[in-house]
Amino acid sequence: MAQIEKSEGIADWFDQRLATKKFHKVMMTEYWIPKDINFLWAMGVILASMFGILLISGIFLLMYYKPDTALAFDSVNYTIMQEVAYGWLFRHIHGVGASVIFLIIYIHMFTGIYYGSYKRGREMIWISGMLLFVLFSAEGFSGYMLPWGQMSYWAAYVITNIFGGIPVIGDELVVWIRGNFFVSDATLTRFFMLHVLLIPLAIMGAIGLHFYALRIPHVNTQTGDSVDFDTESERFLAGDKKNSKVIPFWPVFLAKDFFVLSTFLIFFFYLVFFHYNFAMDPVNFDPANDLKTPAHIYPEWYFLWSYEVLRGFFFDIAGIKAFDLGLMSFAFANGIFFLLPWLDRSPTVAPANQRPYFKVWFWLLIMVMIVLSVYGKLPPTGSNAWVGFVSSISFLVLFISLPIVTILEKRSTK
Amino acid sequence: MKEWKILGVLVIFTAILYIGVEPYAHSVMHPHVSPEDYKFTDLNDIKLKEQGNVKNGETLVQSNCTGCHGLKAAGMSAPMDKATSASVYGVVPPDISTAGLIYDKNYLAHFIKNPAKAAKLEHKFNAENPHPMPNYEWMSDEEINDMVAYLVSIAPSHVEDKKVFEEACSRCHSMRYDKIKADSDVTKYMGSYPPDLSIMIRARSYEFLNTFINNPQKQLHGTAMPRVGLSEEAQAKVMNYLESIGDSKKQEREELAPWVLGYLVILALFAYLWKIKIWREVH
Repeated sequence: MAQIEKSEGIADWFDQRLATKKFHKVMMTEYWIPKDINFLWAMGVILASMFGILLISGIFLLMYYKPDTALAFDSVNYTIMQEVAYGWLFRHIHGVGASVIFLIIYIHMFTGIYYGSYKRGREMIWISGMLLFVLFSAEGFSGYMLPWGQMSYWAAYVITNIFGGIPVIGDELVVWIRGNFFVSDATLTRFFMLHVLLIPLAIMGAIGLHFYALRIPHVNTQTGDSVDFDTESERFLAGDKKNSKVIPFWPVFLAKDFFVLSTFLIFFFYLVFFHYNFAMDPVNFDPANDLKTPAHIYPEWYFLWSYEVLRGFFFDIAGIKAFDLGLMSFAFANGIFFLLPWLDRSPTVAPANQRPYFKVWFWLLIMVMIVLSVYGKLPPTGSNAWVGFVSSISFLVLFISLPIVTILEKRSTK
Repeated sequence: MKEWKILGVLVIFTAILYIGVEPYAHSVMHPHVSPEDYKFTDLNDIKLKEQGNVKNGETLVQSNCTGCHGLKAAGMSAPMDKATSASVYGVVPPDISTAGLIYDKNYLAHFIKNPAKAAKLEHKFNAENPHPMPNYEWMSDEEINDMVAYLVSIAPSHVEDKKVFEEACSRCHSMRYDKIKADSDVTKYMGSYPPDLSIMIRARSYEFLNTFINNPQKQLHGTAMPRVGLSEEAQAKVMNYLESIGDSKKQEREELAPWVLGYLVILALFAYLWKIKIWREVH
């Protein structure tokens, strides 16, 4: 048993029982981050903070929200938006936050891709991050259903319908997911459960895994150079802070993150107060009506690129139905990012601009995903359908060609 | 500086994506329409005069209109209660006391002459299926002019925002969040259910609503909603009212914003100073 002595104060009292000083060292003052980074390295802390903001605003909304198809719409649009003191603020924060967090997730993801931070021992960071992306997507989708507006209903209808394309079990699976033969009260209550309990729990677990996955391989630098963390941290502790290539998580790393975060919050709250329609689609202020299909059905902006891959195939090819082709591509698009560490066959960890072939691949990917997103929202008619088709094919080709591109790059740079 | 360059790249790509999926995509889905026409210049069969014979107008209104319409301003209630008239006509004929104020005069004259045409509902009402209010095409322009002059003379000089909504909209549309129930269910008569307007101000853009109310066919071709002919001032009152119910916290939102944003700017400033202080030791 540990030696418990009369404590010298509150901190010491806790330290004797919980080893708080050791814990603080391990988690904060001696958790080493490379110094050679830029503000893109603050996205993780912004994401964690945004998750906190969503959690807190969500708890407030949960006190008044009613998961019932007859009550949901008014509980959101009347009770929360008009009756509850500052209920509108919590809803705007929650709705805009859910959208903006995806902007930061994408920046975070593409930062990782650009700097090659998914390889040489960092594969688990990437995979746990992709797991978080999938969980946040499910959280976003289930949350969007809750106000039970027109887009809630029809998005739920379209997205749950996608599962019908899975061979053999498809039809039964759709009924199982919906809890009924059509999108109904049972669908709403189960997505409510997923949104407020199961998925948030999974997200918290995955965040823990993601943070832990960073400990062993450490964070990448903006040059991709390896840092000898043992030597450099000793140098820092010895007092040579200026020449050490590492900084402690607290206070040095977080001091910068805190500045980036507070600047980001100015932008975020500007959106919350003045520019929220992009995240709270006006169409969803029409109550759900199963007899009236909206003129345009589209998902939230962060799903548009994969939605466009789904509907990009609008004609049968080689005897395979257009719907099945779209579904296969959709499954491919959503799964392929997980495999990125193995598709990139070059061992080089460096920013994309120092990799002659990968550089081209990276910027093409960005462009294709933006084109997919824009055309995922436009009505898929006339030439739009063809742009969607070509960009969907381009997306698939880009990922299929990544191993070849990186192998060629490896050979050319030897 | 490198970080500024990175920020620039981020901002540019975010802006391209934003413009593509928001303003651009919406401009494709909802093509721009010509602005509101509060003079209803397409209606030009009758040349209205500056003055009219109010006395003659009164006689004409009493002999032609009050058989169906109430005229409380002149002490006449509607001949039937709302439920009865709704079942007889399919819709409740409005009390016309305020008509001279809230509707454009040119519109009003043409509506009397040919309601379906003025309301742009000729695709719904025609010889086989006549508009509930008959045409008064047999009247001379002079007589219609006199009736409009009379309606203007008895109209109040001012009406509340909510009153305009009740007169012009609530015979078909409900406003649940203000406990207004539509006078009658016109689903059968109109062929579709007129939506509740409680939060319509959030469901459609300001520009859409303004052009739509002014001329529904422009935004929703073939819709059963009539053009009601509100004057510019009256329509502004309807919009105010829609906003006061559907976006009732707008003022609170706009008043709170500077405090929150101001706080965050100060926070960011201190955060920057703290960052400088901490990083001075390591750079």
